[in-house]
Amino acid sequence: MSWAGKILRVNLTAGTVKSEPLNMKWAKEYIGSRGLATKYYVEEVDAKVDPLSTANKIIWATGPLTGTMASTGGRYTVVTKGPLTGAIACSNSGGYWGAELKMAGWDMIIFEGASAKPVYLTINDDVAELRDASALWGHSVWETEETLKKLHQDPLVRVSSIGLAGENKVLFAAVVNDLHRAAGRSGVGAVMGSKNLKAIAVRGTKGVGNIADPKAFMKVTAEKKKILHDNAVTGQGLPTYGTQVLMNVINEIGALPTRNHRDVAFEGAKDISAEAMATPRATDGKKHLVTNQACFGCTIACGRISKLDQGHFTVQNKPQYWGASGGLEYEAAWALGAANGVNDLEALQYANLLCNEQGMDPISFGATIGAVMELYDLGILKQEQLGIDAKFGSAQALAYFAEITAKGEGFGKEIGQGSKRLTAKYGKPELSMSVKGQEFPAYDSRGIQGMGLTYATSNRGACHLRSYTVASEVLGIPVKTDPLASEGKPELVKAFQDATAAFDSSGLCIFTTFAWGLADLAPQLAAACGNEFTLEKVGEIGERIWNMERDFNNRAGFTSKDDTLPKRLLTEPAKTGPAKGLVSKLPEMLPKYYEIRGWTADGQLKPETRSRLGL
Amino acid sequence: MRAAVRRALFIDSRESHPVMQKSLHINPDKCTGCLQCEMACSYENYAVFAPAKSRIKVFDFHTTGRKVPYTCTQCDEAWCLHACPVEAITLDKATGAKVVNESTCVGCKVCTISCPFGTINYVQETGKVQKCDLCGGDPACATACPTGAITYIDANWTGLTKMQAWADKLGNQPAA
Repeated sequence: MSWAGKILRVNLTAGTVKSEPLNMKWAKEYIGSRGLATKYYVEEVDAKVDPLSTANKIIWATGPLTGTMASTGGRYTVVTKGPLTGAIACSNSGGYWGAELKMAGWDMIIFEGASAKPVYLTINDDVAELRDASALWGHSVWETEETLKKLHQDPLVRVSSIGLAGENKVLFAAVVNDLHRAAGRSGVGAVMGSKNLKAIAVRGTKGVGNIADPKAFMKVTAEKKKILHDNAVTGQGLPTYGTQVLMNVINEIGALPTRNHRDVAFEGAKDISAEAMATPRATDGKKHLVTNQACFGCTIACGRISKLDQGHFTVQNKPQYWGASGGLEYEAAWALGAANGVNDLEALQYANLLCNEQGMDPISFGATIGAVMELYDLGILKQEQLGIDAKFGSAQALAYFAEITAKGEGFGKEIGQGSKRLTAKYGKPELSMSVKGQEFPAYDSRGIQGMGLTYATSNRGACHLRSYTVASEVLGIPVKTDPLASEGKPELVKAFQDATAAFDSSGLCIFTTFAWGLADLAPQLAAACGNEFTLEKVGEIGERIWNMERDFNNRAGFTSKDDTLPKRLLTEPAKTGPAKGLVSKLPEMLPKYYEIRGWTADGQLKPETRSRLGL
Repeated sequence: MRAAVRRALFIDSRESHPVMQKSLHINPDKCTGCLQCEMACSYENYAVFAPAKSRIKVFDFHTTGRKVPYTCTQCDEAWCLHACPVEAITLDKATGAKVVNESTCVGCKVCTISCPFGTINYVQETGKVQKCDLCGGDPACATACPTGAITYIDANWTGLTKMQAWADKLGNQPAA
């Protein structure tokens, strides 16, 4: 087993909370978390639904390995249709909340409809109920967590909530748990806000006690933890430097998108790198980085916990930002920094804290600021309109925009629409560095060719967490491929996409895949859930999930025309570095990718693909 | 009583159990907050992964970034043992652990009041108290800890690593 076997269905319109058995047939076909929640979602919701309407649903889901001693078994996902993209949205988070839900005895929570007034859901093992949240509305994620812990007289209650960004339906609003872990992308927080749902407070004391073969499970998970421990990336690089270990590496290979992708290397990269975080500051002699932190069950512990310089202009007289808190991770450091040409580490962490505090995706927020700064540079946006001098590199502008965006004040309201809508409004849609409306993460697809195909075909819009071919093209995991070549990339991207879907669905963290393959995942699933989870079956499930998501997007109206990149990446060659003179070779890769996927030239699933995968 | 305990540990136990007494040694600097220890504890005692049932707790002080695992230190003159009116808490001579005998415990909770450290607690589901018993000499938390924040070492030399670090600093560096 290892699934709790129960889901909670909450109708926000009617104010009802009901328990129902988990569909075990689907559980075996889609594992859990991302796969299983998406199966429920696509079966229950019309693909054409308006993401912010009451007809949309939103699901919080754990996997069968969530809440177990398998390393990194603390993940959960939030599945819905994303308002930023109009595509399937599936945002994954760590921290402790997911394991708490599982230990309360629930695999997932499905929210339907919308509440007339702000509410929150409280779960204490079997007992779940909706409660009035009018006193929480208008407050940040941090205040919400603190208030709920006091209200419930329980410091161990875990909270997943939205801040002002979600309430104000910022299209890249995140759902945040445990103060600084986030289901960050595609605007899942705005869907939560649209339903007047402020928070889910969970206390789970029952635990997970239905492992299929406990003896085998303890043995295999211990063996797999040792692999993580002995691996250079998961055993040393990530715990010591965090994901920020990449800043200098990606900059050196000329794939660090800079100033809205005008450049592929950032002269200030070293100032915002992992090494900078670990070096005492000139101002107060203290290091930015305080310690690393694990999520629930994680034996890697890549998380960064930092403290700001109290004298920095962003936090003077603001003691609420002086304590240790989450960040900077690589993606946030890139989006808030290199993407805007800002090399002020303290300002980046300040903006990052505001993203955590008010529930915003720092990638889409930062990248949207990059577009704003380019429009300003071109003279299309003016200082009077923005409220500040927004030249590339301005830490003041970054901090100011972070303050006004979640609150929806002034120009912040337009930033909160994301770069696609904002640039279109000002007549320059080509300046939105996004796919399907979602902004790129921190890898330039001219310097890492596989990432171009990854972005173009990602089911939730531009994203690195759908097939992290950087592992192969830059780090040589599992095999080294040439980042500048397009040959073999369609096969590589497909393999990464399918494997990642299986890892996400199990409840584990995909960072394990720096050391593990599906052959390491399958025996852990088999020991926990049953011997039918062979390597072959787990791989097939990954492919099934990918195609299910794709099929939903096709029904939502996406076609092969949407599997593309901004003109800049296809026509403006990289100016410097190893990729100098290169553009993305997406047009060479895409037809081959469709072919090996078993899709038509228009990117639709062929009937034989559908039947092969049981869709 | 003190003399009796000493005798039990140094003479009786040494004669009948030729093992040195060990202690759980906690180094918060190394703790990442992963809670593998809490899961290992609940699994060992209740065959379930449930931090809520764990006898070791990790406290996450988020404003400082410090994570501190905390459990019973197995006091020699254990308040809980002395306070128990039915003598349900006894010394495991082999390990030095103070162990709750569930069939004797009446759930009066006097031990939870007497313990200055809060490491013995009532369990509603069983109507008894629970505390760390060192898993009979092979503590699951120490085995599960991935970073060495929790180790199980010679009770007489829990300060050895710290002493060595200072000795290195004071006497083994070029400047010393």
